[in-house]
Amino acid sequence: MLPTSTISMPAEREAKPSLRRLQVVWIALTLAALALFAADLQISAPSPGAVLKALAMGFARPDFAALENLGQALLLTLTVAFGGVAIGAVAGFAMALLWGWRAVRMLSLSLRSVHELIWALFIMTVTGPEPIAAVLALALSYSGIFAKVFGEILDEADPRPRDALPGRGMTLSGLIYARLVPSLPAFWSYFCYRIECGIRSSAVLGFVGLPTLGFELDTLFKQGRYDGAAAVLLLTYALILSQSLWLRRRLVPLYVLGALAYLASLSQGPVSAAGLWQLIGVDMVPAPLRGADPGAAGTWRAFGDWLWRLVSHEVLPGAWATVLVSYLAFVLCGIIALFAFPLIVPALAGRIGSGFGHVVLVILRSTPEYMLVFVGVQVFGPSMLPAVLALGLHNGAIIAHLIGREATRIVPGLRPDRPKGAGLYAYELVPRVSSGLIAYLFYRGEIILRESMILGILGIATLGFYVDSAIATLRFDRAAVLVVAMMLLTALVDWGSRALRRRLRVGAVSTRPYC
Amino acid sequence: MIELRGQTLSYGPAVVLENVTLTIRQGERVALLGRSGAGKSTLLAAIREKAMVAGKEVALVPQDNALVPQLSLFHNVHMGRLHRHSALYNLVTLLRPFRRDRAEVSELTRELGLEPPVDQPVERLSGGQRQRTAVARAIHGGGEVLLADEPVSALDEKQAPEVLATLISRFPTSVISLHDVGLAQAYCTRLVGLKDRRIIFDMPAGEQNAADIDHLYAR
Repeated sequence: MLPTSTISMPAEREAKPSLRRLQVVWIALTLAALALFAADLQISAPSPGAVLKALAMGFARPDFAALENLGQALLLTLTVAFGGVAIGAVAGFAMALLWGWRAVRMLSLSLRSVHELIWALFIMTVTGPEPIAAVLALALSYSGIFAKVFGEILDEADPRPRDALPGRGMTLSGLIYARLVPSLPAFWSYFCYRIECGIRSSAVLGFVGLPTLGFELDTLFKQGRYDGAAAVLLLTYALILSQSLWLRRRLVPLYVLGALAYLASLSQGPVSAAGLWQLIGVDMVPAPLRGADPGAAGTWRAFGDWLWRLVSHEVLPGAWATVLVSYLAFVLCGIIALFAFPLIVPALAGRIGSGFGHVVLVILRSTPEYMLVFVGVQVFGPSMLPAVLALGLHNGAIIAHLIGREATRIVPGLRPDRPKGAGLYAYELVPRVSSGLIAYLFYRGEIILRESMILGILGIATLGFYVDSAIATLRFDRAAVLVVAMMLLTALVDWGSRALRRRLRVGAVSTRPYC
Repeated sequence: MIELRGQTLSYGPAVVLENVTLTIRQGERVALLGRSGAGKSTLLAAIREKAMVAGKEVALVPQDNALVPQLSLFHNVHMGRLHRHSALYNLVTLLRPFRRDRAEVSELTRELGLEPPVDQPVERLSGGQRQRTAVARAIHGGGEVLLADEPVSALDEKQAPEVLATLISRFPTSVISLHDVGLAQAYCTRLVGLKDRRIIFDMPAGEQNAADIDHLYAR
């Protein structure tokens, strides 16, 4: 006979995680309160109200004529997007074929853990602010992502056709017939989705001086021409929101060919192999090692001092600021998602209310976060405040949209005497969507970290700030060390988040939902 | 008290019951009998509609989605009374239940033979325990009329009568769909048999003969 304790024990052990989940929320909120004290959240702009007012006036009367280069910027934004994503996809595909190799997986990880804006800063030092720099930057970062996703698609391909082939399909034709061809539709659909992301990335690349929409926004804002800036923002929305009309899958090959042809027709500045070698072989070598005798003890001591100065003065403060910004944005994102998702649930917001809610969430989630922060910095000045607000709002709106859709689907299946209003929200919907919400939050958390690093380019003291200033002062050796620090921080946070997710028993979500 | 007169009831596009006339009087304990798919749940839904229109307070034990799996046993039972408390009270309760409420719910769950502690999430309960939680929710909420859809189907022969007796005793009037004729005859005052899209018998408990029952369940 079985003793009863062996039956009840597993149940008790399993009961814990759900309790722990609430405890984790309390701990997270307490940490956020502490982080609020440590973070620099002041409004440093002299008159934020005036800028905000001027910007609102600009939106009331956007000046499309202010954009002399409107057509050119728009065309280049699209060209860079299609060209860069296509080249990235081809390179990523090649890497995916060798996904079994550890070296390839490491390469993919380092390519994708560096934001395309950082790649652009490096490439521009060789090519100058030419469209090709934007294309290459996009291609480098995206090839890492494509390699991972394509590699995983190949791994997940149904093994049965391969196993049925003689020799278990371990031949080239076996690979092509049994794995590649069945995976093609998945590749294509991911490629088309990634194009949408590429258009946003391409627009944002303008902020570092490349000739896409972001450049126009940057210039007009700095000149105080808010009516023109508003026009660029509206144009960006129009471009992103109208995608479903013109970004048809059948037309994508045509767009890609057009983009590549247009790129080839552009006259490029002089790009020499010597320039590239100067960057990688000379400038990126740490200053104390350059031309020094590697056998001399003094060389390495000098290098150690150099490295320590860099770590203590730039890497650690930058990493700390990055962690603070990301963490606060992460918590804000969760809070916004939790309280904003009812906006689009008709049973909670009403039919008209939920229509309104959709509009608010669409605007917040389709503005590239970098643009949101840029506008925030113009209004509030370069503190952590605009970064935290913009990252929290943008990502919170994305999760609120996904969770709100799920909640809307749930409502009709609930019992007929379900509570209304606050009861429906708190007792029926929040518990049912909580797992999904936490899973999305972890996924967006990784994106928030990546974004908060590069926000340094806008003057917020995260790691990107130090990379940007190192490159601006032509200290590429320091920039390289800082980029490695970015990769390490990404890996560290990724590892921590995976461990926490396992403890909380939250599954990973696919990388599909949003850019 | 609740009256259906010559009504045709459908579930989606399909007509389930035709020309139904049924009056539920105060104090009655009505059992709905019939094979699965005979229209018991549809009839219960129609009765609920009428009762709501008549302004009756209805307690419901539905078959599907009766509980929120992620919430604790306590919270699921408390949900029966959400409408009696302010939103603030309910929100505070969600984060931290009041001691008085907890004691009351614990008492009730003990009475229904539910051993797990009330802060156990419902998703970790067995099917029978969940069903008793749904019963506890209806009792905790209270009301003038109980409408229950197979409330004890997942319980064993010993527990089912006990739980059914407790449930029925807490409401002045009840309509319950059951598949166990013995239980219906023992605890209800009136039996309604559904077959072939109509009511084939409607009489006080104990007046049915074996032929009535056989006919009800025959194909």
